[in-house]
Amino acid sequence: MNGGMSVIVRTVSRFVYGLILVFGFYVIMHGHLTPGGGFQGGAVVASAFALLVVAFGAAGLKGRLNVHLLQSLEEVGALAFLALGFLGIGTAFFYNLLANSGGLFGASVPIGPNNGVLNSAGTLPLMNWAVGLKVMTGIASIVIVMLIGARKEETE
Amino acid sequence: MRKAVLFVAFLFVGAFFLLAASSIRPFGAPTVSAMDDYFIAHAQGEVAANNVVTAIVFDYRGFDTLGEATVLFAAVVGVLTLFRKLREDER
Repeated sequence: MNGGMSVIVRTVSRFVYGLILVFGFYVIMHGHLTPGGGFQGGAVVASAFALLVVAFGAAGLKGRLNVHLLQSLEEVGALAFLALGFLGIGTAFFYNLLANSGGLFGASVPIGPNNGVLNSAGTLPLMNWAVGLKVMTGIASIVIVMLIGARKEETE
Repeated sequence: MRKAVLFVAFLFVGAFFLLAASSIRPFGAPTVSAMDDYFIAHAQGEVAANNVVTAIVFDYRGFDTLGEATVLFAAVVGVLTLFRKLREDER
């Protein structure tokens, strides 16, 4: 069972994997413009990792996804989220310092329906990236560790 | 006896649901809409975000999101701890 599933599943998942990654990162990047955000996009990217795990099996993952690296990245995401929350501590915790400032993500948005400005919303896109990184690595490490544990029981 | 008790309970719960259904509000009408109106009117100006939900989740209610992230962190740490213990026992 360590080799994963059949050739058909492996070929299709090799093709779909990239598409799921692109869609997940799109959902994270446009979190302040379209429905979605860090949590949702991170879950989509984690589902791509889960697809890899299901299709290729635990043995096929050797050298591709490192659980220790995923755990470190999750902590990096959590710390980045906290740091962005502390960025506006001069006014209030989680105060949006960068919104409407004119700098990074500081563009203003016209009131009412509009096409959306990617370079807007201040700390929101950065927080979306931090939370997205945290969710994708967290769920991916849960899936990988649980699958490796289950497979070990199966072979005994 | 048992059937009678069940029938009375059924009547009681049914009457309760009918009472609740008779006093239901029109679909989509909130009881209090002051906060909703504020968020919809000011999210684009104050936070400069088109997505009002994201503006609430990461700006107005950012502390809530911190709690959510903590829940996820606790879940990940719990699962990793559980399965690491399992692997050490096997050796």
